[in-house]
Amino acid sequence: MNNTKVTDASLVRDYLDGNENALGALINRHQHRIYSFIFSKVYDRAITEDIFQDTFIKVIRTLKRGKYNEEGKFLPWVMRISHNLVIDHFRKNKRMPKFDNSGDFNIFSVLSDGDLNAEKQLIKDQIESDVQELIKELPADQLEVLTMRIYKDMSFKEISERTGVSINTALGRMRYALINLRKIIEKRNLILTN
Amino acid sequence: MGKLYFKKPSKEENLHHLQPKKETIEFLLNYSKALSVIEYKKMKFESLLN
Repeated sequence: MNNTKVTDASLVRDYLDGNENALGALINRHQHRIYSFIFSKVYDRAITEDIFQDTFIKVIRTLKRGKYNEEGKFLPWVMRISHNLVIDHFRKNKRMPKFDNSGDFNIFSVLSDGDLNAEKQLIKDQIESDVQELIKELPADQLEVLTMRIYKDMSFKEISERTGVSINTALGRMRYALINLRKIIEKRNLILTN
Repeated sequence: MGKLYFKKPSKEENLHHLQPKKETIEFLLNYSKALSVIEYKKMKFESLLN
């Protein structure tokens, strides 16, 4: 077939009449322009290939459904379809951005598992049981306030109601409990950090 | 300033050799052959006959 003489319009007509080769001729004639156009927008061979394919699937479906109105503007029509698909692609990516993990920044430094590893968990458990032993050395009133505040998560208002002392007294006992606890830790040369 | 150790291909150079893959074209031609639209009472149904 001599492509230079046959117009797009007559190729489209041939295709609609059932000549499948006409589609091949149309694709051959315009593939470079359409492909380059898509590539110039997305700069990715794989995505270009996908959009190129989707463009022609749309072209084929529209032609076969008889929805194409012949105005002798085949190429601009196909370009418009590919342009719309490029826009769709960017919209989709904006909604669900993909992260390319090839640069200096490693996504897993942000997405790391926040849980402690087995060793640190053991240390943490050990420290907690040590502290529970240490607080037993505090005077009874301070121990009571500290236990209510830290282990039972009570507010100072609730503590004052339960123990029958003012809020300020409860606060003071808590303060002395912490000061005394630090003293005990220093005296025994303990290191209670993870 | 950082040195560039590789040649960045120019856009024009890149665009010159751009062609879709043969497989893509073949797929499209086969898709076209397989697709048929059946019309029934102003309704259109597509069927892919592979």
